[in-house]
Parts: sequence; C-alpha cells; structure tokens
Amino acid sequence: MRRKIVCRCEDVSEEEIISAIDEGCTDLEELRRKLRIGMGACQGRTCIPIVVRILARKTGKKIEEIPFPTSRPPVVPVKLGSLASDDDEI
Amino acid sequence: MKFDVVIVGGGINGCSLAYQLAKKGMKVALFERNYICSGATGRCGAGIRQQWSTRENILLAMESVRIFSKLDRELKQDIGFRQGGYLIMVHDEKDLEEAKRNVKLQRSLGLDVSIVDREDIKEIVPILDVDGIGAIAATFCPTDGHADPFKTTFAYARNASMLGAKIYTHTAVKGILKKGKRVTGVKTRKGKFECDYLVNCAGAWSKEIAKMAGISIPNVPYRKEIIVTERIKPIFKAMVISFKDGIYFSQQEEGHILGGIPSPHEREGYLTMTTFSFLTHMAKTLLRYAPSLAHIRVLRHWTGFYDVSPDARPILGEDPKVKGFIHCHGFSGHGFMLSPAVTKILAEYIADGRKSEFLESLSIERFEKGEIKREVSVVG
Repeated sequence: MRRKIVCRCEDVSEEEIISAIDEGCTDLEELRRKLRIGMGACQGRTCIPIVVRILARKTGKKIEEIPFPTSRPPVVPVKLGSLASDDDEI
Repeated sequence: MKFDVVIVGGGINGCSLAYQLAKKGMKVALFERNYICSGATGRCGAGIRQQWSTRENILLAMESVRIFSKLDRELKQDIGFRQGGYLIMVHDEKDLEEAKRNVKLQRSLGLDVSIVDREDIKEIVPILDVDGIGAIAATFCPTDGHADPFKTTFAYARNASMLGAKIYTHTAVKGILKKGKRVTGVKTRKGKFECDYLVNCAGAWSKEIAKMAGISIPNVPYRKEIIVTERIKPIFKAMVISFKDGIYFSQQEEGHILGGIPSPHEREGYLTMTTFSFLTHMAKTLLRYAPSLAHIRVLRHWTGFYDVSPDARPILGEDPKVKGFIHCHGFSGHGFMLSPAVTKILAEYIADGRKSEFLESLSIERFEKGEIKREVSVVG
C-alpha cells in the first residue's frame, strides 16, 4: 500500500495522523509529541499547515481556531561552530 | 464521581503511578492541566543514571533501571530504552576523591561502576578531547542509559486507560476538598470528584497544588534549557556529563545530539523564554568537549523546569498533617529516571499499606527534623 507522507523529516503519514486524532489526540502540541511532526529539520514548515487542515476536518473546527505549536529557536538550523564563534557578524 | 485515588499531573510520575494503581485494581483518575507530557517530562534530557552520591538515589535508580529494561514487554510498546552508559568527567584531585567515594558507595550497593583513565575515555566516546575537557579520569557505569520520555509516558497512560484509569487532559485542578484533616476530593473545570487519596505529581507546579490543601512545600522551580542537533550517524552511545561544567550531552537513538548546561542567566520562577547566552555557552562548552561537532547544526532549543527541593532529592509519601495527601515531587531534574521505582513504592503504600524505608528517609518531615543529606551529583 502507498503511504501519503505528510511529515517528510520524521516520516509520518496521513493515516498515522488520522489514527492518532481518532485515539483522542486533538491538540497540535500533543500530536507533535506523539508523532514527532514538526520536530525535524524544517521545524514544521511543510507538515504543520497540512496537519492543521486534517485536524480541522476531523474535529469540525475552523482552521483559525487551531493554535499553531510553539516555534522554537533557531529559525533555521545553525552550526555549533557559528554559535560558538565570538565573531559579531554572525 | 468517586475515585480511590486522584493524581494531579500528566507527566511521567503521574502516568506511571496511574498505571501501577490501576494494575492493583484501584479506581484512579488523573487530571492534567494541558496534555500528557506537556511539562518537564516532555522537555527533559531523557537520561537514566544510577551514579549518585546518596544511598536512596542509587537504590531508586537501580530499581528503576531494572523496571525500564522490561518495560517494553510490560507495556507492549518500544520505549526506546538503551543502555549506553554514563561517562562522568573527573577534572582534578578533589573531583577524584569525590568520585572514589561515590564509586565505593555505588559498588557496595551492587552497581557495576568503575573509574576509568584518559585512554578509556577516548575508547568509550572517541570524539571527546580529553585535553580540552581537562579530564584526568572519569567514572563509567555501562548499565546507565536513556529512554524516550514521550513514548514511555504515552505507553504508561495508554496502559493505565486500558486498565480502567480515567485520564482527563486539559482539565486543571482548581481546588482541593478537605474534611477536617483529610483530603476528600478535588474541584476541577469539569466538576467535583471525590477521592480517598490525592497524589501531587505536578512537577514544577507542585507548590501551587500543595497550597490548595494548605500545605507549604519548600520546592523552587528553575528554568532549564536544552538544545538538539540534526541527526547524524551513530558515533557514540554514552551520556557524557561533568559536575564541574554542569554539561550533559548524548546521542539519541535516532541520531540527534541532545544536551544542556546551566544557563549564565539562570533564574528561579516560571519564565519559559529561551536565552541566547545559553545557546552560545552550550555551543562553546560542547565544542571544547567534542571539537569535531563544529559543523553539526542546532535544530531546536527549548526550556523546561526543574522542580528543585532543598537537598535535590525527591519528596515522597503521605503528608503528616493532611491525611490522604501524597507527595511525589521535588525530583530536581531527575523525575524521569527515578519514576518507575518511586511510583511502585507509592502504589504499594496506597493500595497495600506497605511502607518502604524510602518513605521515611525521603518524607517531607526531613526538612523539619533537619536531617538533610544533599545530593551533590547534579548537572544541567
């Protein structure tokens, strides 16, 4: 069977998301912890909007009613070497 | 509705206690203000260490490792438990004295732990720069390790539910009901619930829950920060820590390197903002330990809370003044690794009336009696 991948970084399919919601996991933060969606290198830029739409469809809520998960720094992945550098230009 | 036991807090301790009690046939309800794993458990460093300086912590951690090692079979889910060991850096003669004292105590309690030399350090974790660290030796316990806090907690919660425990997420406890000197129930957003026992597993918010029952506890919440890097191929298995630098880091099963260090701007209270000074301090120290990681990218950086007790050891057991109120907090950064043993002891007390020796030595009364033995082996 073909899997419809929603989160490319952590390899999570639409089916897995739907089954977690069916188990009662209707909070985006909780879904993230259960499935690791949005925890990969893209920080959820690809998957979170799709997951929000699935969540809205499944729970009958409007997309605006579903709060986005906390965004964590850094905004883009940064090398340890750059962070450790005292160079002010970084 | 009436329950035998109400648990406040859906972290590792609340969920594993709900499971232990439900397994013993008790009627259990768990109330969590947010969602399962939303507090310290879901933000922790995932380490499981048995190398402690106090007898209680060593024995509780050893028992927890025994339980962790069979937990995937018991809960019918992989919890990511892996034993790669903990390598604790020894920087000078004073450190060495302390390490010798700790290792002697740990070995006398049956732990497989030893002092290793600089060559051994390179062999156990090849990326370490022993000169940069300034290590003269290390202690190593091969059965220490880590587990996935999310998988473990969700597995406990799921198994507890299957055994009949009611888990109410997004349901804050608003008040505690008492009759004389006994707990009789809780007030929540979803109404009142009666109970014979109430267990405070609220982590950094335990103080607020205790206050609702008129109990003052001496814990202080501290913000702690952690980074995680992108995934790289598996290069080391042990958790590396240093009490002097306060750093800890390990490589997770999936390849991420995860670690923390006390922030230069550490403050008590409920601040959740991350700090840039932590990020640079962590990166500099980590690269001093393992220079070859310079090109590895940091993916995320977040905060969580340590619920710190005056002696950095947990506070456990029934309150001496309010009957039915059970303490299970003050883990000071070690709640995840100690939870299997601690919740087993509390479940045996609540369901079977069995009082473990730890409920004496780790009771809240120790602070009044002045019998303080501080746990000094603390990082992060």
